[in-house]
Amino acid sequence: MMILTILLKLVAGSALMLLALLLALLFDGVDRIINARMQRRWGPPLFQPFYDILKLLGKENIVPRRAIAWIFNSAPWMALASMLVVFLYMPVGSLPAILGGEGDLVLILYMLGFCGVCMALGGFASSNPIANVGAQREMILMMSYELPLAVVASTMAWVAYRYGLPGEAWNLETFVANPVWNVVGKAGILGLLCLLFAMVLVVPGETGKGLMDIPEAKTEILEGLIIEYSGVNLAMLKLTFALRALAISAIITVLFFPLSLGKLIGFSGCFLYALDFLWFWVKVFVVLIVVVTFMRSSLGRLKIGQASHFYWINVAGLSIAGMLLLSIDRIF
Amino acid sequence: MSAKTYTVPIGPVHVGLKEPITAWLDLDGEKIVGARVRPGAIHRGIEMMGRERNPIQVIYLAERICGICSFSHITAFLRAVEDAAQIQVPARGQYIRSLVLELERVHSHILWAGVACYSIGFDSAFQLGMLMRERVMDVLEAYTGNRVNYGVGTVGGVRWDITPEVDAVIRDMIRYYRSEFSAFYDIVTQDPIAKARMRDVGVLSYEDAIRLCALGPTARASGVRCDLRWSAPYEAYGDLDVKPVVPQDYVGEARGDVFDRFLVRVLEVYQSLDLMEKILDGLPEGDIVFEKSVVKVLSLLKKAEGTGWGIIEAPRGDDSRVVHLTSGNENLTWWKVRAPTYANAVSWPVMFMGNELADAPLIINSIDPCISCMERMLVTNAGTGGEQIMTREQLLDLSREKTRRLMPA
Repeated sequence: MMILTILLKLVAGSALMLLALLLALLFDGVDRIINARMQRRWGPPLFQPFYDILKLLGKENIVPRRAIAWIFNSAPWMALASMLVVFLYMPVGSLPAILGGEGDLVLILYMLGFCGVCMALGGFASSNPIANVGAQREMILMMSYELPLAVVASTMAWVAYRYGLPGEAWNLETFVANPVWNVVGKAGILGLLCLLFAMVLVVPGETGKGLMDIPEAKTEILEGLIIEYSGVNLAMLKLTFALRALAISAIITVLFFPLSLGKLIGFSGCFLYALDFLWFWVKVFVVLIVVVTFMRSSLGRLKIGQASHFYWINVAGLSIAGMLLLSIDRIF
Repeated sequence: MSAKTYTVPIGPVHVGLKEPITAWLDLDGEKIVGARVRPGAIHRGIEMMGRERNPIQVIYLAERICGICSFSHITAFLRAVEDAAQIQVPARGQYIRSLVLELERVHSHILWAGVACYSIGFDSAFQLGMLMRERVMDVLEAYTGNRVNYGVGTVGGVRWDITPEVDAVIRDMIRYYRSEFSAFYDIVTQDPIAKARMRDVGVLSYEDAIRLCALGPTARASGVRCDLRWSAPYEAYGDLDVKPVVPQDYVGEARGDVFDRFLVRVLEVYQSLDLMEKILDGLPEGDIVFEKSVVKVLSLLKKAEGTGWGIIEAPRGDDSRVVHLTSGNENLTWWKVRAPTYANAVSWPVMFMGNELADAPLIINSIDPCISCMERMLVTNAGTGGEQIMTREQLLDLSREKTRRLMPA
């Protein structure tokens, strides 16, 4: 029985990770087309990211002579793995997370951070001064957006705990089963909006696009920390970037938009799971288009100092305001 | 304890740069503490080539010095030749030259605004700039048949007349830009990120601008009231009443940063649109060229003897030419090109100081550098190896020696 469960989880987990990979690339293609249309361009074909990856997979890996080869080569794989693992702890629609009992929101945030550290390590290991600058920027950026991200996550857990939502406070399934918007009062709604907005502002930093395209700024430091990567390694990094955007959009969806379409129209059983599964990816897609594509098309890039200031003061302030509003809502 | 610095090159090939130039930056973290600019990657020996060609042929060579300000280069060159040979351009020819110069200024500034936005990662605005510049290129094509090297100037005037159809196309374009170009005006006045990236970045003070002989929009952004169209009008500009665009007239102060340079260029586009309208309204009747037959012009130029000067306000600053014609010699005796970037590039190290690495491509782009215009001299030391830096005295001696060689007493 035990072995069967493990086997089932293995199969389901592999399938989900594969699906996440494909969807991440597909959404990346859509993102590029919408971005192009917003700039009054025609844009690449929808499957361009797939073609890119396939082409890169057939190319040789070039390792700089002075690079630390084992770190340089393993960093993209570690980054990709950490991003794929995130989806194992993510409830998809009404389906529980595959490893739901084993890890929660804290683990997911760790995985997001770990991915950034891996990429920075790869940059440092490549011995290129420009990659070095990019890696420094990645670390600074990460330290900056982790504060608002942590505030948002812990406030959500606090809400789940204090409002007595059934289930574990840190577990994402708790938020899927009981949308937080239903349990809080008026001030609480305002607080949740603050948290949502802070979370949305963290997305550019997390995905390294648009406003926070700082570690890979191509017109400043020539793609920064990935400058020395080529071939299979670069394919892994491209997959990682696509997955990061998908993962952060999925987290926002789970935390703030857990509405189940299946329950709304009264489905049950297999149909409920199937419909909600599809519905979940539709929601993730919409969130991704709004928070990633629109934001990256309409804004320029900040400098690293300004980005740090922005996250530590403005976004952290916003998330703390959300935290206070939710506390006030609970107390009165 | 001195801070440990490391050196990062920007260029010669860099995504943020349009042309090859290298800036070696000494960095302390992200802060620039030292900068050296190394040009010399795209020297083509055009002045040398010019000495084997007659003035009419050199027009087409001069046009190819640079892609954006091709007409500015030939206008400066033609004015030098006309000065040397004492040729008077008819009024209509002068007006049409001014018109094409203004079209070119609009083209150059729109392209620059797009590239500046690209340097700060604002790709949507970059695409918009590229889209908008198509219109002025289409207009130039409608008038001259070419989009980049128009081949419209000739000694003593221009080759094509402005027909009523071309007039309508240009007026149509002016209307289009008046309504559409406001996007860039909004970027400079409203976009908080553009302001955060450009304000107080790459500052060139009023004193430094004068001391380092900055030219054109770069100097005007530092508050220096200089514009050859105003201080030494040429072609039709005497009739047009051009005022130099300086930031203090519009926003109260001139800080000399990248933001001001952006502002000056955006405002100059509007100024150019007004000027074009004035030119079209006041276009005098008459010939467009003093002598239609190229053979006659060439025989006149062959007889001419003397040194001519031509200096005009190109989109990037003063573009000057000195040309010497010798009687009996069909070809140019010598020809000196001095493009605005040559003077503006000197300000780079001053602008870099104290800024961040992230600002470097933006600062390089902020003077709208045209490296292919600038590079007129190359010192190679491939034979002996190692780097050689010429001092000012050495250069002066070399120049004097060359002048003596060229002009036998």
